[in-house]
Amino acid sequence: MKNLIAFFNILKKDINNYYLKPPNISWGIIFPLSWTLMQLLRCPDSNILELLPGLISTSVLFGTTSMLAVTITFERSGRSFERLLLAPISLNTLMLAKITGTILFGIFNAFVPVIFAGFFIDLSGVNWLMVFAVVFLIAVTSSLMGLLVAVSVEQVFEAQTLSNFFRFPMLFLCGLFIPVSNLPLFLRIVSYCIPLTYGADLLKGAINNNNILSEKLSFSMLIIFSIALFIISRYNIEKNKSK
Amino acid sequence: MINIKNLTKKYDDFTAVDDISLTVKKGEIFGLLGPNGAGKTSTINMMIGLFFPTAGEITINGIDVIRQTKKAQTVIGIVADESNLYNEMSGFDNLCFCGALYGMNKKQRELKAKQLLKQFNLHNTGNKPFKAYSKGMKRKLTIAAALIHCPEVLFLDEPTTGIDVESSRQIRELILELKNQGTTIFITTHYIEEVQRLCDRIAFMVNGKIVACGTVLELMNSISYNHSVHLTVDKNPQNFILEFEKRFEGSSAIAKDEKSLVITSKEKIPLLEILNFFQEKEIEVYQARQLHPTLEDVFVKLTAVESAILKKEKEKGDQQ
Repeated sequence: MKNLIAFFNILKKDINNYYLKPPNISWGIIFPLSWTLMQLLRCPDSNILELLPGLISTSVLFGTTSMLAVTITFERSGRSFERLLLAPISLNTLMLAKITGTILFGIFNAFVPVIFAGFFIDLSGVNWLMVFAVVFLIAVTSSLMGLLVAVSVEQVFEAQTLSNFFRFPMLFLCGLFIPVSNLPLFLRIVSYCIPLTYGADLLKGAINNNNILSEKLSFSMLIIFSIALFIISRYNIEKNKSK
Repeated sequence: MINIKNLTKKYDDFTAVDDISLTVKKGEIFGLLGPNGAGKTSTINMMIGLFFPTAGEITINGIDVIRQTKKAQTVIGIVADESNLYNEMSGFDNLCFCGALYGMNKKQRELKAKQLLKQFNLHNTGNKPFKAYSKGMKRKLTIAAALIHCPEVLFLDEPTTGIDVESSRQIRELILELKNQGTTIFITTHYIEEVQRLCDRIAFMVNGKIVACGTVLELMNSISYNHSVHLTVDKNPQNFILEFEKRFEGSSAIAKDEKSLVITSKEKIPLLEILNFFQEKEIEVYQARQLHPTLEDVFVKLTAVESAILKKEKEKGDQQ
């Protein structure tokens, strides 16, 4: 019960302090909208439905990794994160509370292009349950990658730099812009080591019915990535205590 | 209450805390005094479970801090050397949030937050965001936040560094009030006057080691010092210094100005004998004051750290 009280209050604090701030809300809307408009301006004849998996993935990836890496690094530099570490709550509860706000922010980000697309095309053929599940898992893995970055650096600018170091390669290697099968063998191996590859493929299946990998495999891989990233992040925080 | 045995903390080749042992009794204020880099913050961070020690044991209220960190954290309150609350949140919300971290329900934490704001004289600013507070107010609210769950032991890391004189005085009064309420308090600081005014017992820490530990009186008595008397007289003391030194063998007299002098001796000279000497010489003594060593003198003698270093650090802290 005590852990639950702490969990909800950390989540509430993060939402009020960071995610519901006007700059973040506007960023959360403007960023996915800009991506959508960029794609439409580049190829005015393109099928919006074809673009949607990429736009959703990009929005979730950038929204979650940026927010968590920045908020935790910001709290660490102001030493308020220390206050959370010193509270008598388990590290798992603390980590879950911190990533839950980001996951919700990522889900919000993901549905901005969907709502935008809804004004232009018929979305009735989309498997929404699947889309929601996949968006959730992409948000979980991306948030945990953001957490991994946040606990590894000291300053906000370092968090942004390190995030971009893996975000952009991931975007181009996950099969959204270049099909994974067209990549050289080495990059194909790298691609299958990226959680977004499985998320993007599942979204393609849920929206356009043109996934390449089996749904079972992709879901399993996303869950494995989530658990592994959680364990690594936890280990990193514990390791900092021993330093 | 607090037991530390052979505590050591190493960062690669550098030993920040070097095999220290100490005990803090229930209800006392214990001060850890030392210059910056002495190992005070590393010690406190291990005691509160923020860092793992390289070696040694720490128990608080019988709870092993290293093995049962979360259990130990339920009985301690922590005030870091920075006021680390949330800038966007109001004073009241900050206190309520800290209460929630300790699993207090809404009613309990709101009631306690109101009590603390009143106790710390912050009730008129409780709705203002933390970022709008002055440094002194921020410090007071940070201490209040550490008390939200009624801890048995309070850790204060440099509680008055960088804040104004009035706020420092208020914080010192609050610390004494907490002691009277039965809270055990562990303070780290580099302000000699602060430990002298507040602490029941003091440990001097230099280069990761505890070089002395005891009450102010015990520490004063632990060093040998010369007996000194300061006299204010009606005639220039320079004229009778030699005669005085001849009469009281082993003493030395130094004129401070035209109307005062300081007499120093290994063995104590009874004040009456000194006064008789001056009476014989028809010199009127306006004032005679025995000089005792200060805690600063004791610190310098025991640690070989010049008090000027501590003063410089104090000034630096006050400027920040």
